[in-house]
Amino acid sequence: MLIRLLAALPFLGILVGSIFLNRVEPLIAGLPALLAWLVMWVVLTSVIMGLIYLLDPENRGPPDGETERSAKP
Amino acid sequence: MNAGSALAIIAFTAALALGLGLWARHGKSMSLEEWTVGGRHFGSIFVFLLLAGEIYTTFTFLGGSGYAYGKGGPAYYIISYGCLAYVISYWLLPPIWRYAKERHLVSQPDFFVAKYDSPALGVLVSIVGIVALVPYLVLQFKGLGIIVSTASYGLIPPHVAIWIGAAVVTAYVIVSGMHGSAWTSVLKDFTILAVVVFLGIYLPIHWYGGFDRMFNAIQAAKPGFLALPAKGQSLAWFDSTVALTALGFFMWPHGFAASYSAKHERVFRHNAILLPLYQLILLFVFFVGFAAILQVPGLTGPEIDLALFRLSLKTFSPWVVGIIGGAGVLTALVPGSLILLAAATLLSKNVYRTFRGATSDAHISMVARWLVPVVALVSVYFTLRGGNTIVALLLMGYSFVTQFFPSVLMSLLRHNPVTKEGAFIGICVGVITVAVMSSLDVSLAKVAPSAPQAFQDLNIGIVALGLNIIATTIVSAVTRRVPSPHHA
Repeated sequence: MLIRLLAALPFLGILVGSIFLNRVEPLIAGLPALLAWLVMWVVLTSVIMGLIYLLDPENRGPPDGETERSAKP
Repeated sequence: MNAGSALAIIAFTAALALGLGLWARHGKSMSLEEWTVGGRHFGSIFVFLLLAGEIYTTFTFLGGSGYAYGKGGPAYYIISYGCLAYVISYWLLPPIWRYAKERHLVSQPDFFVAKYDSPALGVLVSIVGIVALVPYLVLQFKGLGIIVSTASYGLIPPHVAIWIGAAVVTAYVIVSGMHGSAWTSVLKDFTILAVVVFLGIYLPIHWYGGFDRMFNAIQAAKPGFLALPAKGQSLAWFDSTVALTALGFFMWPHGFAASYSAKHERVFRHNAILLPLYQLILLFVFFVGFAAILQVPGLTGPEIDLALFRLSLKTFSPWVVGIIGGAGVLTALVPGSLILLAAATLLSKNVYRTFRGATSDAHISMVARWLVPVVALVSVYFTLRGGNTIVALLLMGYSFVTQFFPSVLMSLLRHNPVTKEGAFIGICVGVITVAVMSSLDVSLAKVAPSAPQAFQDLNIGIVALGLNIIATTIVSAVTRRVPSPHHA
């Protein structure tokens, strides 16, 4: 459930949040406000996906799981 | 030592890429599986680069900077959709990959044929896929044309440059297949990263004295240009376009099939963390476009794609232009080759074989190789007809491939509520809607002049997707009853 909530955040930030930040000024970190907002969400998405990866029980154990497979030459 | 040096560097880059392609193939027997999905043993880094190879194409390099130059704020959709697509990929790609591996699937239509037990659906998906790939290939050729003709300082006219570009891409695919793409991807990513970051930082500082100053100058000259307009490419357009492209991101035949090349499913989960950051390169692409707004004004319509090169010509000496051109050639060559490969494989394996009946893999592989130049020629034809911007071409392709999303998603459920008839009709309805609306150039504003502005601004692909879902639901509900006669 927590994982689902986390996954919803980038969608809210980019699709809904933009409604409130559709402006050029003030420049934030030297960028037009809307662009700065979207860039922040690009970075946050990476962080969120990292958190999800750590929380997700699918990612424990050996990477190949039941489908261990030797590389074909 | 002017035009010649730029062209020489570009020719050298193309030769190097061909050499890498040959070298990657060296000593390998190329079965159909090997040629198309790299034998399914690529690890995180390679799949990362292949999927990145899909993303950082001429579309980004010339299309992205051109759109930032010509449209301003609406270009931000390009930095937004990838992110959301990677969030989706975390859950979407592992089950697709597992299924593909179990069944030894090679292409995207294979997936539909197996899931829905319907060769007809496979043929439909192949044809829609090819139709969507053509504008994508056209935009790579268009980019190659711009690069070669600009770097020759007008010596080589654009149409000749397009022919040269198409010939190089075709030769590249025929000699190397998938392995060549992966290796050249490595080379491409390093050069494009360096070139774009350099240009994105250097140009604003060189021409304006800094980023703040550049944005203030643009805001003073064109107030509100760097945000979304109230009409046209408004917030409704932005949201619907981001949604359309995020859902369609992994529905491209070549992207879908490139995901088969992963060694294990965790590759996709790693990539979902790393690839969003890779999107930040786009920021520098935008800076190039923004820097061009006040420096090379006056480019309109499809000409906006020239913004990056026009500004480079104005700023740098020929050998720097040559390096930029070389990087540009790679960004067109790698994705161009993947797209050509995908289209040729679709035609041979999923259309030709279905009609021809069982034929050997060797025969299909041979047919695929012969189809490579055929597809290239068709794309050259459309490229020479011209008229659209690079971004418009890609969005058209997206409107087609996103129509696959509902039936792919539903097929991953334990009990798929969608029947093969539902999937078939749904895809047809979506694709026909897009084809009719875009070929007749009918906008929603014309269809529903009294509807709210937000509705009129919606991306047509999203409207088509809505109709697709409705059709899929209705037809599935009707056809699901038929095979259960005991259920009275």
